[in-house]
Amino acid sequence: MLEIKNLHVKLEEEDKQILKGVDLTVKAGEVHAIMGPNGSGKSTLSYVLAGREGYEVTEGSARLAGEELLEMEPEERAAAGLFLAFQYPVEIPGVGNMTFLRTAVNAQRKARGEEEMSAGDFLKVVREKAKKLKIDAEMLKRPVNVGFSGGEKKRNEILQMAMLEPKMCILDETDSGLDVDAMKLVSDGVNALRDEGRAFLVITHYQRLLDHIRPDVVHIMAAGRIIKTGGPELALEVEHNGYADILAEVQ
Amino acid sequence: MALPQAKQDQLAARIAGLSFAREGWLGAARGEALARLSAMGLPARRDEYWRYTDPTSLTAVEAPAAKVFVADDESPVFDAIDRVKIVFRDGVFDPAASDDLKLAGVEIERLARAGGAHIHWARDVYGVLEARGQVPVQRPLAALNSAFATDGVLIRVTGKAAKPVSLIYVHESETSDAILHHCVKVDSGAEITILENGPAAARFSKVMEVEVAEGGRFHHVRAQGRDHERRAVTHIFARLGAGALFKSFTLTANGVLTRNEAVIELAGDEAVAHVAGAAVGDGAFHHDDTVFVTHAAERCESRQVFKKVLKNGAVGVFQGKILVKPGAQKTDGYQISQSLLLDEDSQFLAKPELEIYADDVKCSHGSTSGAIDEVALFYLRSRGVPERAAQSLLVLAFLAEAIAEIDDEAIAEDIRSRLEGWLARHER
Ligand SMILES: Nc1ncnc2c1ncn2[C@@H]1O[C@H](COP(=O)(O)OP(=O)(O)O)[C@@H](O)[C@H]1O
Ligand SMILES: [Mg+2]
Repeated sequence: MLEIKNLHVKLEEEDKQILKGVDLTVKAGEVHAIMGPNGSGKSTLSYVLAGREGYEVTEGSARLAGEELLEMEPEERAAAGLFLAFQYPVEIPGVGNMTFLRTAVNAQRKARGEEEMSAGDFLKVVREKAKKLKIDAEMLKRPVNVGFSGGEKKRNEILQMAMLEPKMCILDETDSGLDVDAMKLVSDGVNALRDEGRAFLVITHYQRLLDHIRPDVVHIMAAGRIIKTGGPELALEVEHNGYADILAEVQ
Repeated sequence: MALPQAKQDQLAARIAGLSFAREGWLGAARGEALARLSAMGLPARRDEYWRYTDPTSLTAVEAPAAKVFVADDESPVFDAIDRVKIVFRDGVFDPAASDDLKLAGVEIERLARAGGAHIHWARDVYGVLEARGQVPVQRPLAALNSAFATDGVLIRVTGKAAKPVSLIYVHESETSDAILHHCVKVDSGAEITILENGPAAARFSKVMEVEVAEGGRFHHVRAQGRDHERRAVTHIFARLGAGALFKSFTLTANGVLTRNEAVIELAGDEAVAHVAGAAVGDGAFHHDDTVFVTHAAERCESRQVFKKVLKNGAVGVFQGKILVKPGAQKTDGYQISQSLLLDEDSQFLAKPELEIYADDVKCSHGSTSGAIDEVALFYLRSRGVPERAAQSLLVLAFLAEAIAEIDDEAIAEDIRSRLEGWLARHER
């Protein structure tokens, strides 16, 4: 599903190399987790995949279902099935959450040559999905993420994901700032979407989330590289011993 | 103090060709206006009040030519709204295109017809509010309008108007120079909505004086037309009695030069005045909102909400003042002026002012100028919204607070769709 090869990324404005050769392959149906110390480049990786400006790819490639992502506009990547749940969801005053969701759903459908969703159908679907995430009607009416608590913002990301039904979902620290109940809601939301045709890349610091969303593969990222890959036991090791041992072992 | 000779000559040349009818109550009002104008002379660039907007083309003897723009890619604004239409073509009343001037709860007359009488209710409004608005800041172009307006409508609202009165200004001649003057008197407890749309002329001068009695309600929505080369100077003078409501919204898209002045006096306790504007300009566009709100009574509320979207060298100006007179306690005054600059060539010049002579008041003002929020733009695009559509969403969001000042949802939606159309046409 997602095939990243030898990805090197630097900041556009500065001479600072952030990703120094990332290799990562996620197959359809799989859940991969990325863990790693702060500043190791996890968010940068997710932003570069989603097409945010400010980064320069100096080497390497990233393919989604065989298509080169790095040459597409952000909206084309989304239409191709990529979704990033932001570490810091963005507040957009003046744009209603519902308008935003509907515009996004229909823009993607249009880009794929599918029929747009009618207002009535959309409303029905969004209400049902929102209910599962305990997002009330009031929150749907408010401007995007404005006045939302940290947890509400994260649940709103999952609602967007549920509405857009992407093939490749990247979750960047979606668990940070969540209490136990919210973590459960978010995990249930993710698990409900798990299926053969869909893959997940879950960036997290904590084993907690991985108790709910069982990963198939765990990667450790440090200083712009994936330095170790293993099974779910790797996450437990990090939980118990931190990154120091793994970093030492690699060096 | 006598006017310098050069200013006298300039004024004489400007008004030489204008029609001046001396008959009836209107003749007397015109005479007074001319006296005011003669004492002030025409505005000049060095005047403090014209620092950001060059009045030269507005005071020139000849109106600079302006090409007529045919907007055949969208239906005319307010088309779907049931209303009484009154059409002026380059400033000349068009009876064939207009509806009968009949509306329950409202008396409508043309200025050109009613002016010759000896007595008329409009005598207490025409030029009267304009004259009050000359202090503390002079507005010579409004006095010129009062002296030389060729026509207009006198609207007396005695009840709840069954539908809006819609003034439609058609521009057909490349050299037209139109001067119209309207008076609206809303009686106690009465209510009306006035709509205005169209470019009107190559150069358009318009004054609307609005007297709202106790508990009366006045709504005003205008769209100034899409002609790129037209020029306009407009004034709205309003005086509100106790508990009266005044709401005015203006959409300006295109136009090489626009100066919209609003001069509002909250004269009775608990009066409410909201004046708002959304202006979108691309290229040769200079748009000036000059607003002066006077709180002269207790517990009144005023809001000024002005938003401008500028690109390719467009210029936006905002001069807005809240004056709170002694004794105007519990005043609630709010003013915001913001611009969204879509490139680095455009500019926004703002002069927000507060002058307060009462101690128990709540007044706030803010002015900002910024670019499109790149982070928000990326967020929208990452969800599949194409860049242009995402930008339009953000621009409309920026304008939303001004559009929210329109109470009627159907009219607000119409205005919103005009803005969407403009944004779609001006993507590059
Ligand atoms: N736009 C940026 N400007 C400056 N530094 C950046 C930018 N984006 C990322 N970095 C730097 O790149 C490194 C990796 O950051 P990030 O990808 O956010 O790490 P992580 O998500 O793993 O904590 C950090 O040193 C961070 O400061
Ligand atoms: Mg991060």
